[in-house]
Amino acid sequence: MTSPILGGVDCDLHPAVPHLTSLLPYMNDYWRDQVTTRGMTDLVSQSYPTNSPISARPDWRPAQGKPGSSYDDMRRQALDRFGVAYGICNPLYGVQMVFSEDMQDAFCRALNDWLVKEWLDKDTRLRGSIVIPTQSVEKSVAEIERCAADRRFVQVLMLVMGDVPLGKRELWPIYAAAEKHGLPVGVHAGSAYHNPPTSVGWGSYHIEDYVAQAQAFQTQLTSVIVEGVFAKFPNLKMVMLESGFTWLPAFLWRLHKFWRGVRMETPWVDRAPLEIVRSNIRFSLQPVDAPPEPETLNRLFDHMQSDELILFSTDYPHWQFDGDEVLPKGLSDDLVRKIMIDNPMATYGRLSQSATKEMTR
Amino acid sequence: MNVQLRDRPETASTTAIKTAIADCDIHPARATKDELYPWLAKRWHAHLETYGVPAYQGMMEGPPYPKAQPNASRRDAWPPEGGQQGSSLSFMQKQHLDPNNVVFGVLNPLGATGQGMRNHDLAAALASAINDWQIEKWTSKDKRLKGSIVVANEDGVTAAKEIRKRAGDPNYVQVLLLSRNVEPLGQRRYWPIYEAAEEIGLPVGVHAFGFGGNPITASGWPSYYIEEMVGHSQCQQTALASLVLEGVFERYPKLKMVMVEAGFGWAPSLAWRLDKVWERLRSEVPHLKRKPSEYIRDHIWWTTQPMEDPERREHLFQMIEWIGWDKLLFATDYPHWDYDEPSRVLPAGVSDANRQAFYLDNARRVYGVI
Repeated sequence: MTSPILGGVDCDLHPAVPHLTSLLPYMNDYWRDQVTTRGMTDLVSQSYPTNSPISARPDWRPAQGKPGSSYDDMRRQALDRFGVAYGICNPLYGVQMVFSEDMQDAFCRALNDWLVKEWLDKDTRLRGSIVIPTQSVEKSVAEIERCAADRRFVQVLMLVMGDVPLGKRELWPIYAAAEKHGLPVGVHAGSAYHNPPTSVGWGSYHIEDYVAQAQAFQTQLTSVIVEGVFAKFPNLKMVMLESGFTWLPAFLWRLHKFWRGVRMETPWVDRAPLEIVRSNIRFSLQPVDAPPEPETLNRLFDHMQSDELILFSTDYPHWQFDGDEVLPKGLSDDLVRKIMIDNPMATYGRLSQSATKEMTR
Repeated sequence: MNVQLRDRPETASTTAIKTAIADCDIHPARATKDELYPWLAKRWHAHLETYGVPAYQGMMEGPPYPKAQPNASRRDAWPPEGGQQGSSLSFMQKQHLDPNNVVFGVLNPLGATGQGMRNHDLAAALASAINDWQIEKWTSKDKRLKGSIVVANEDGVTAAKEIRKRAGDPNYVQVLLLSRNVEPLGQRRYWPIYEAAEEIGLPVGVHAFGFGGNPITASGWPSYYIEEMVGHSQCQQTALASLVLEGVFERYPKLKMVMVEAGFGWAPSLAWRLDKVWERLRSEVPHLKRKPSEYIRDHIWWTTQPMEDPERREHLFQMIEWIGWDKLLFATDYPHWDYDEPSRVLPAGVSDANRQAFYLDNARRVYGVI
C-alpha cells in the first residue's frame, strides 16, 4: 500500500442533499410553493442510485439517510482519516435533470447557498464548487458572478453528459467568467439525461451508464480541444472528475493522429492535443481503472509523459477503494507529493491564495 | 496516413513488404449509381430515384460531417477509367493488392448498403443486392478477395434470413455491422443476427460508422469531422460494453467479433474499467458468469488501422502486449485517406512470430481461411 501524506487536497468529495425539501429554506416563496404544491420528488439521478454499491462504500453507508449527507461522517471518514488540508465539495444533486431553465436556476442557487451554510461554514478545510444551470448560459454566468465573491468557491462544476458538447461556442461565456475569477471548470461524471447516456443510445443497465462515463469524458476532451476553448482562454483549467484516466494515453495517440491529418478543419488548434492537455487539463485520481499490480500503472504514467496531470481524490462516499488504499500501490514518494499537494495547489489558484493568507496571518 | 508530418527515421520501418499479408478492411465502391440495379427489383429502381435512401440522418446524399477530402479517399486512388476511388478491381490490384502482396483481403462495403436505413424493406433489398454484387464484381474475379454479408441491421429477423441464405458460401468470411445503430449492439433486437452468424460459423465484423439517430456523443452532437472520426473509438467502446453486459457471449458462446477501424488502444482501459465496476455491480447482471475482460479476451479481435500513433513507439507495443499479439488483424482501409502503409506500421524489433501473426496468421485463423 502507498500511504497518503498529510496536508493533501481531496479534490472530489460529495456532500449529499438529504432531500429536495432540504433546499426549501434557500428558495424564494415562488419556488418553495412550486416544489410543495406540485408534489415534487427528490432529485436523485440514475447516474448514482442511492442504494447502488458504487454510490457508497459499505462502511461509509450510514444507518439512516443518504451516504455523504452527514458532515460528521465526512470529517471522520475522509477529511481526518486522510489528513487533508483542503477538501473540495462537488454536490451531485440532480438539479441538472429538470428541463425548465428557470427551475434549474432556482435549484442551483439554492444548492450553492445550502453548500455554504451546511458545509463550508462548518469546517475551514472545506471548499466548494459552483453548480450552474447549464441550460441557460446567461443564468450560469450570473450564478458564477454571484458566488465567486466567496473565495471558498474554488471551481465551477458541470456534468460530463449535458445538453451540448462542452466545447460548443454557446458555452464560452461560462469559461470567460470562470477564467476571469480564477476558477477551474470541474467536469464531473454524471448525466443530465437530456441525451441518451451512451453515444450509441440507451443501454439496459446502471453498470452500462457508469462504464460509459469514461467514453463521455473522452468525447468532451475532444470537443474542448478542437473547438479551441484553450486557444481563447489560455489560463482556463479544466478538471475531469471521477473520469478515470487510464484511457488517456491511447486516446491522445488517436486524437493526435487525426489532428495531424485534418487540422485544416480546425486551424485555431495551434498546439498538439497532448500539449493542451498538459497545460490546461487535469484528472482526479479515483477511479483508478487498472489492475492492482504497480507495473501496469507505472507504465501508464510513463505513457502519460507527465506527473502533473493527476489530482488526489477519495470520491467520498463513492466506492472506489477499500480501507485506506486511496493511493494505488507502487507510487514513488515524489509522485505522491505531486498528486496529493503540488498538482492540486497549482490547479486551484484560490487554494494557494488562502494558504498564503493563512501563513502571513 | 498519406500525410506524413512527423520526422521519423526511415530505418524505423521495415523494407517493402515481401511476405504475404492479409488486409482485413478494404472498401469496394460502386462506379455508378445504378450498378446494383441488376440485383434489385424494378420497384426499387423507381423508389431510389424518387425518394432516395431514407437514413437515420438528414442529408439526401453525402455525410453531415463533410469529409476532409472527396469520399474520404486517397487523392491518388481515382481509377484511370473513371468512377470513384475503390470502384475498379484492376486499379485496386495494381495500386494495392499486387505491390503490397495482399494474399487475403476482406471487403467491407459502405454507403447505401441497407445499413442505417429507416425503410426496412428497401434496406433488405439493398443488402441482398450488395452481397450478390460482391461476388459478381469482386470475389469471383479475384480469389484473394472475400466478401462480408451485409445485413439490414435494424431488422434482426430479416437480417438473419440473409445470413442463412449465404451459409456455406466460400465467397463470404464475415457478417458486417456498423457501430452506430438505433440501439447499442448488445440489445435484443440484434440477437437474431448473432444467432445466425454463430450458426453458420462466421465472425461478425463491427465497422466504425453508421447512423442510428442517436447523438454521437452522450452530450449531444459535436461540430467537426475530426470529432466524428476520433469519436468512433468511443462509440465502439460503448457498443462493445453493451455486447458484453447484455450477455451476448454467454448466449452465443461460439460467436467471434472483429472490431474494425475504431482503434484498439482503448481496449485494455475499457476492460479494466468493466472488470472493476462489475466487481461492485455484478448483482445487476447475474447473466454474466465471468469477468467482462474474459469475454473480451475470448470473443473479440481488432483490426489495426488506424493505428494509434504515440510519440514513442515502444508505448504502442506495450499496449499491444496487454491486448495480445494474437488479437490484432492487419488492415489498410484502402482506398481511404487514413490508410496505413503495410511496410511502415511495424518497426524493426518485433519478433518474426508476432509479425507473422499480425500480418497474416491471426486473420487466417479468425476468418477460417487457411
